[in-house]
Amino acid sequence: MLTTVYAILFYVATLTLVGGIAYRIWEYASVPNPLKIPTGPAPRTKAGAAFRVFREVAFFESLFKSNKWIWLFGVMFHAGLLLVLLRHMRYFTQPVWFWVDLIQPFGIYAGLVMVAGLAGLFVRRLAVPRIRYISNPSDYLMLALLILIGLSGLMMKFFAHTDIIAVKQFFLGLMYFDWHPLPSDLPLLLHLALVATLMIIFPFSKLLHALGVFFSPTRNQVDDSRKVRHISAWAAKLEK
Amino acid sequence: MSEEAKTPTVDEYLDPLATPCMQPGAMADIHTFPAAPEHQEKLGFPGELPENWEQVAVAKMGELLGKYRGFRVFLDSCVKCGACTDKCHYFMGTADPKNMPVARQDLLRSVYRRYYTFGGKYFPKLVGARDMTKDVLDEWYTYFHQCSQCRRCSVYCPYGIDTAEISMAAREIMDSVGVGQKYCNEILGKVYDIGNNLGLPPKALKMTLEDFEEDLEDETGLEIKMPLDVKGAEILLVTPSADFFAEPHIDGLFGYAKVFHAVGASWTLSSVASEAGNFGMFIGSYETMRNVSMRIRDAALELGVKRIIFGECGHAWRVAYSFLNTLAGPFDFLDPRYPFPQHICEYTWDLIQKGELKFDKSKNDEYRLTFHDSCNVARGASMGSKPGDQFEIPRNILKATCNHYFDMDEDTIKEVTVCCGGGGGILTDDLMDVRVKGASPRMTALGNLRKEKGVTHMAAICAICKSQFTKIMPKYDFEMDSILSVHQMVSNAIILEGAINEDDDDDDDIPGAPDVEAAE
Repeated sequence: MLTTVYAILFYVATLTLVGGIAYRIWEYASVPNPLKIPTGPAPRTKAGAAFRVFREVAFFESLFKSNKWIWLFGVMFHAGLLLVLLRHMRYFTQPVWFWVDLIQPFGIYAGLVMVAGLAGLFVRRLAVPRIRYISNPSDYLMLALLILIGLSGLMMKFFAHTDIIAVKQFFLGLMYFDWHPLPSDLPLLLHLALVATLMIIFPFSKLLHALGVFFSPTRNQVDDSRKVRHISAWAAKLEK
Repeated sequence: MSEEAKTPTVDEYLDPLATPCMQPGAMADIHTFPAAPEHQEKLGFPGELPENWEQVAVAKMGELLGKYRGFRVFLDSCVKCGACTDKCHYFMGTADPKNMPVARQDLLRSVYRRYYTFGGKYFPKLVGARDMTKDVLDEWYTYFHQCSQCRRCSVYCPYGIDTAEISMAAREIMDSVGVGQKYCNEILGKVYDIGNNLGLPPKALKMTLEDFEEDLEDETGLEIKMPLDVKGAEILLVTPSADFFAEPHIDGLFGYAKVFHAVGASWTLSSVASEAGNFGMFIGSYETMRNVSMRIRDAALELGVKRIIFGECGHAWRVAYSFLNTLAGPFDFLDPRYPFPQHICEYTWDLIQKGELKFDKSKNDEYRLTFHDSCNVARGASMGSKPGDQFEIPRNILKATCNHYFDMDEDTIKEVTVCCGGGGGILTDDLMDVRVKGASPRMTALGNLRKEKGVTHMAAICAICKSQFTKIMPKYDFEMDSILSVHQMVSNAIILEGAINEDDDDDDDIPGAPDVEAAE
């Protein structure tokens, strides 16, 4: 019963996440940019603009200019999350890829760093009046959700081990449509339920910033308006 | 020594970007004058609030979501990280939290969420979604007219969210339900009717330019021309109409004319395109912006020019550099050897580099000078051949024409320059409180430089900056003429062949030159 519920939950969550993201990509891509609005001074070449987006994604360049504390906590969380996700690849691959093996020990520290970063963001949201002013309940809940995911995961690592072999069989089973039972430890069930929730919320929430950064015209546009005439379809119609 | 110790604290360095303690509602009572129905209708907007305005407004938002990717993506992407909260000069100056960029965006984002997102439709309280009500509309009107669309916040946002785009969209939505701003929409009507923001008709313009030619002849003994509507001229100069009547703008216009004269350029102004500024951008209306831009294309074709050069005007330069090719192009009838459009600073700096202009810098020795980067030149456009030339070229011109140049705090200039406080449709007397407070970061930075380096004047390349500073500088204990045009410095120092030089013999003793000079 539990296995069936979680199996269905993860199918739904995966479909929602993948379908939702694909829909958003299509949606954002289908809206034109009628004007060139890169924030100046902007790169004059496509490669330059791509590099600017890369720096934004990889190093949070603008945030670094803005506020070192938010940058630090943001990097701790995101870099930590990235390593943790890569470490989790071992539950979905058989045999485990060699580089996933290599990063296993780091992944655990990354989990701690991630939760610390999230905690820092949570404290800032409460303690800095300006940020408290702009926060909605959903902003706190989102951080709480991520923190709980991190803590429930770390709990399984450090305090209440689960039958990880069975967990892996459950997920491989989901992938190959050959279901295996899921262990019924509380931290595991909590962890998985929260992760599925996060996956479902993703395409409907501010987590879309992950896509937004790639689609942001102020960052990805090339400053070449004097050289190349840029015109969108709806604007071209005005010329008739 | 003890005497000096008693000096009041004015000598202390003040943080120009100090974050104030929030005072909710501090600017809530500011309402810029609304546009009259006739001003609205001239631009194709309804004259007053229609019965079903809520639906109209929400539908207009939907239309814009499908037309502007930036608007669409920015509304989804904000994570409320707070990076922008202390970056707006209006927040720094007014302490009103709704002048924090994210809070300003949220005035509109809350409505977007209510009508266009799952969370806002079913859990409005959770995600801070609001219905489109009259109170919300009033709040939009108040706070979207306290944004100068300067884009400083967009530099700092990790997703590049540009509040200017949001505030343009908000103004467009408000116009679509008959709630326009008098200042912008009345001026746009004048551009439609007469061709410039001032409503200066061609005859009056002609006479003004003739007066200027006389002034220039009195000053230099040379016949320096201010040609108008000359067919077959090589260069069309499009400049803000403030250059024809306001100080220090006129002195900048004199500078352009002297540069053209020095190299014997064939140039003309146009009575059709007698305005560089394009307020269509302020109200976010692509069609209005396009209609205003078409005058420039029409004038260029009519006069048969080969090049188009823009005078000192910040927002005009953004529309020219970034949008004009899109709005009114292609300009394939112009000479492809020159950038289109070109900024007067690019033109002058190019001539300086080629050694075609000569200056007597000592003519500007009474000025200890700094430069105010205008927001729309800094972040909405560029100049020259590489990113950042929009900062270097005007400075290079000033350094070529003036002996004493200093920069203000580096976190208030160039890419992160603070707005003058009057841009983007705010330069109206009914928003004077907003303008004065919004200028405080810039005035503080300038004040620091006055204390440290004895700086006396600040130059700019934007008609709005110049008008704004002329008006508000006295409130910060500066003379109103402490603001200068960049080409005013060019005008003062340029050596023209055959010119009479009346003050050749009195430049040993410059009144008012500060003592600090000796310390250099």
